[in-house]
Amino acid sequence: MDARDTIPILIETSAATDGCFQNTRPLLHEIAHALRRLQLEGVATTLDLSAIPFGPGDERQLIDFLGKGEVSAKLEAMGESLIWESRYAGVWIVEHRSTSSERLAFQLEITKLPAILASQPEDIAESLLMLREALESPQADGTLV
Amino acid sequence: MVDKKIKTLGDALRRNGVSRRGFLKFCTATASMMALPPAMVPALAASLDKARRPSVIWLSFQECTGCTESLTRSHSPTLENLIFDHISLDYHHTLQAASGHAAEAAREEAMRANEGNYLVVVDGAIPLGNPGYSTIAGFSNLQILEETAAGAAAVIAVGSCAAFGGLPKADPNPTGAVSVRDIVTDKPVVNVSGCPPIPVVITGVLAHFLTFGTLPELDEYGRPKAFFGTSIHDRCYRRPFYDKGLFANTFDDEGARKGWCLYKLGCKGPMTYNACATVKWNEGTSWPVESGHGCLGCSQPDFWDAGGFYNALSIPVGDISRTTSYAAAAGLGVAAVAAGINHKTKVAARKRHDRVTIDDLEKIS
Ligand code: SF4
Ligand code: SF4
Repeated sequence: MDARDTIPILIETSAATDGCFQNTRPLLHEIAHALRRLQLEGVATTLDLSAIPFGPGDERQLIDFLGKGEVSAKLEAMGESLIWESRYAGVWIVEHRSTSSERLAFQLEITKLPAILASQPEDIAESLLMLREALESPQADGTLV
Repeated sequence: MVDKKIKTLGDALRRNGVSRRGFLKFCTATASMMALPPAMVPALAASLDKARRPSVIWLSFQECTGCTESLTRSHSPTLENLIFDHISLDYHHTLQAASGHAAEAAREEAMRANEGNYLVVVDGAIPLGNPGYSTIAGFSNLQILEETAAGAAAVIAVGSCAAFGGLPKADPNPTGAVSVRDIVTDKPVVNVSGCPPIPVVITGVLAHFLTFGTLPELDEYGRPKAFFGTSIHDRCYRRPFYDKGLFANTFDDEGARKGWCLYKLGCKGPMTYNACATVKWNEGTSWPVESGHGCLGCSQPDFWDAGGFYNALSIPVGDISRTTSYAAAAGLGVAAVAAGINHKTKVAARKRHDRVTIDDLEKIS
């Protein structure tokens, strides 16, 4: 839970202004261009949503529009990250949060698979060392670990 | 406190059990914070992995401590904290435990041990009127700044007071306050203006120095272009209403409720360069315009003296209709014309030193 959620003030956004700032449509066009680039040239694009001038409601409107596709993943590294494919294949939403649930980064990745989901070479090397170490020091009672 | 034996940022994170994925996540967030294109994340990761801990000496002069508050007000570990933890903050008289001679000895030791390589961060303006207006351990602010900046790699002027003189310099400037750049002329000085500045902008500059060992590209006022390169107005989500000529005329009319443009209520967004419209405040919760109040122009030089906060672009009350007709006649945007008029009337407005009353607010509508 975010510390701000404990503040007993309900923020009301007028229904008249909710998500009607027209800032999402140009972004959807940009996503469509990026998807075309991915399809034709295999080039991935990342859009940093924290650099987009969203008004109240704009972000939710975009995320609702993109919806949820077949894949979603949770990464636990320096806090939680939520990564999911939108209903438009190739358009991924990546939200990184800190250990106290504060948002660190919020991005759209137009790619086949966000790179952070793959096992990283450095971690693989470290794992191999750990595994070998475990295998070289058998337990006194003969069990595997 | 960071273990002094840990040499690089990569070491520090690995020692804390951070995986490569965690490190990449940290780099993604840092790139976003530094307003770098996401494509730069791999290069950033390579540099940050090797980043060494720079020694930082933080000097506070004529200030309200709002800038330090802006940076440290967070109760939970944020990206700013991680970057901030990684620097070696050797002197900061508000935050350090030592005081008096021990504190001054720490500053001298940091200067001696890191000659030519340390960073100096300054918040607050420097009074030239009388050295006694602001002293630390019996030394005037001017003496301390000159002595500390002499061996520094660069100086970061944090907040509008250090960057431009700020509130202490506001008319009639009783202490003869000047900015850091008025004193330090032989070193790179980065101005991170704002009253207070956005915390991630402060750490963004530190992160840039950590990552690349250089300072970011600056604008004509010495501010990092990555954060101060576009105006509040150009990135404002209410801009579509401005373009359609839909304005709030009072703080409680239909336009205000519908979230229309706040230009007529004194918003200084068109002449203000800062990152509030996208970075926002309080971990991205909101920012002044989103909360229904115009931008005050706090990151611009001499914003305190640019007329009343509720006067459209510093045009004295009563002149707004004239401004609008000039705009219509020339076929220009209101903001463009008003900014021009603002330039000419700024001196007059400064002399008048307008005070804003409830009557003023009502007259604007
Ligand atoms: S004048 Fe202010 S409220 Fe209006 S669009 Fe510009 S920055 Fe936004
Ligand atoms: S919106 Fe304007 S006055 Fe407010 S913090 Fe940002 S630059 Fe300063």
